[in-house]
Amino acid sequence: MPGITREEVAHLARLSRLELKAEELDHFAEQLNDIVDAVARVSEIAAEDVPPTSHPLPLTNVMRPDVVRPSLTPAEALAGAPAAEEQRFRVPQILGED
Amino acid sequence: MTDLIRNTAAETAAAIAAGEVSAVEVAQAHLDRIGAVDEKVHAFLHVDTEGALSAARAVDAKRAAGEELGPLAGVPLALKDVFTTKGVPTTAGSKILEGWVPPYDATLTRRLKDAGVVILGKTNMDEFAMGSSTENSAYGPTGNPWDLSRIPGGSGGGSAAALAAYEAPLAIGTDTGGSIRQPGAVTGTVGVKPTYGTVSRYGLIAFSSSLDQGGPCARTVLDAALLHEAIAGHDPLDSTSIDAPVLPLVAAARQGAGGDLTGVRVGVVKEFAGEGYQAGVMQRFNESVEILRGLGATVVELSCPSFSYALPAYYLIAPSEASSNLARFDAMRYGLRVGDDGTRSAEDVTALTREAGFGPEVKRRIILGTYALSSGYYDAYYGSAQKVRTLITQDFARSFADVDVLVSPTTPTTAFPIGERADDPMAMYLADLCTIPSNLAGNSAMSVPCGLAPEDNLPVGLQIIAPAMADDRLYRVGAAVEAALNNQWGHPLLEEAPAL
Repeated sequence: MPGITREEVAHLARLSRLELKAEELDHFAEQLNDIVDAVARVSEIAAEDVPPTSHPLPLTNVMRPDVVRPSLTPAEALAGAPAAEEQRFRVPQILGED
Repeated sequence: MTDLIRNTAAETAAAIAAGEVSAVEVAQAHLDRIGAVDEKVHAFLHVDTEGALSAARAVDAKRAAGEELGPLAGVPLALKDVFTTKGVPTTAGSKILEGWVPPYDATLTRRLKDAGVVILGKTNMDEFAMGSSTENSAYGPTGNPWDLSRIPGGSGGGSAAALAAYEAPLAIGTDTGGSIRQPGAVTGTVGVKPTYGTVSRYGLIAFSSSLDQGGPCARTVLDAALLHEAIAGHDPLDSTSIDAPVLPLVAAARQGAGGDLTGVRVGVVKEFAGEGYQAGVMQRFNESVEILRGLGATVVELSCPSFSYALPAYYLIAPSEASSNLARFDAMRYGLRVGDDGTRSAEDVTALTREAGFGPEVKRRIILGTYALSSGYYDAYYGSAQKVRTLITQDFARSFADVDVLVSPTTPTTAFPIGERADDPMAMYLADLCTIPSNLAGNSAMSVPCGLAPEDNLPVGLQIIAPAMADDRLYRVGAAVEAALNNQWGHPLLEEAPAL
């Protein structure tokens, strides 16, 4: 399997919303390449006929009764917000200027 | 006062119930101890003096009113800073949550409060529970009370160190790949990873949701059982919570302390030995196996061939789930926000905040997880890791057809020096070699102290693994080993730790 390149790490960082510094990119690229080399071993025993396990419990669609119950007040929900306005989270611009 | 901090949780609860000491006196003794030694140990990120004393006063008032007290009423506890506590700061060891005050209690926090447990404060941990040394905390490392220049394990190093330093008789950890058991092993304390789904994850800040499991930490097996029973049980707020009665764990611990293991079948996992295992660790482990035999257990060696693939599978599955879970730290609704100067977009602010707020190990794992899940690599990495997970579960199932419990060293080595593996992720990951298989399979496991390695005089842990929903076996076997060893030593292991 191919290793992981510095360009790939930069791309993955963008996808992960991490604004990495150049020296971090260099350092992580080297370390991640070693880690990827080591973890790639899993394919050695992952035969076609082995079913995957995503979770230790065989649970599906656990639902609670659809009833009204107490919840946080707007003030409590907004108490940790970096910025709030008119009982809402205030966020930086999402759409461009134009 | 010294006795108040050295008593077990069971002794403390009994003394409070009998009126020999007040809950406030017990809480104050522990707060004083924290004040005296925590500057050196750094087990706590936040000490909640007022909250602790007020909880203790409530227990004393209940007793004065003649109300019945629960089995842990008035006993102090150190809570890992990954569980939300209403009105008390919760950081998960990360700068991105610095100063965050949760508006709600985790179910586990709620249950502790309902049981009259006195929460002293929040303990240090590797950031978002990612690590094996507590060095990845954004707030500085914790020292191992046996040797402050060494790591106390991780990610729950603060909780384990608080126990070993007599700052609290009980603590809570979370175990995603060994974060309760490995700190227990290297600090000479007891740590239990319950069966996945038996202790609620509601209000536990998620790292890897299919692996994360809260559990008890204590200085004795009986104390761990008391705490385990208090926090376990079905929770409708956690969709992966198992709706089944809590097992009689305290009864199992009491039975085990009687010392008879006749009829118990023990399996030694062949793969957990060899290269990388410290000689003194193997020596103490082998002596423990002889003790089990002496108590009447039958011991066989067996093979779990897939276990050697557990570490690589874990370092694909856990980072993959983490990369998704940690997307919630987007600088919009809570936590740190960096670079919001009116000109930048929300997306840029998110990226700048995550760069400033996450430490190196968290960034590495987010990138690794994003890689493992990305198109073109998914089948080879994440898909293969999920298949390994199946094979490991099958190895356990085959083994548990022949034996009641499996045993191994908890960790390949004793506590290593702070700094030694800090920037060597692969070396750090090896600390969880023996603990990870149980997380992947979702079964239960315990680490119990089994002596000091002769070459460095540092604690060694014996790991006991039981099938899912058979956690009571851990307590029976663990308590039997503990009693036999304490009898042999003439005192609990922790009494050999140097004074702080």
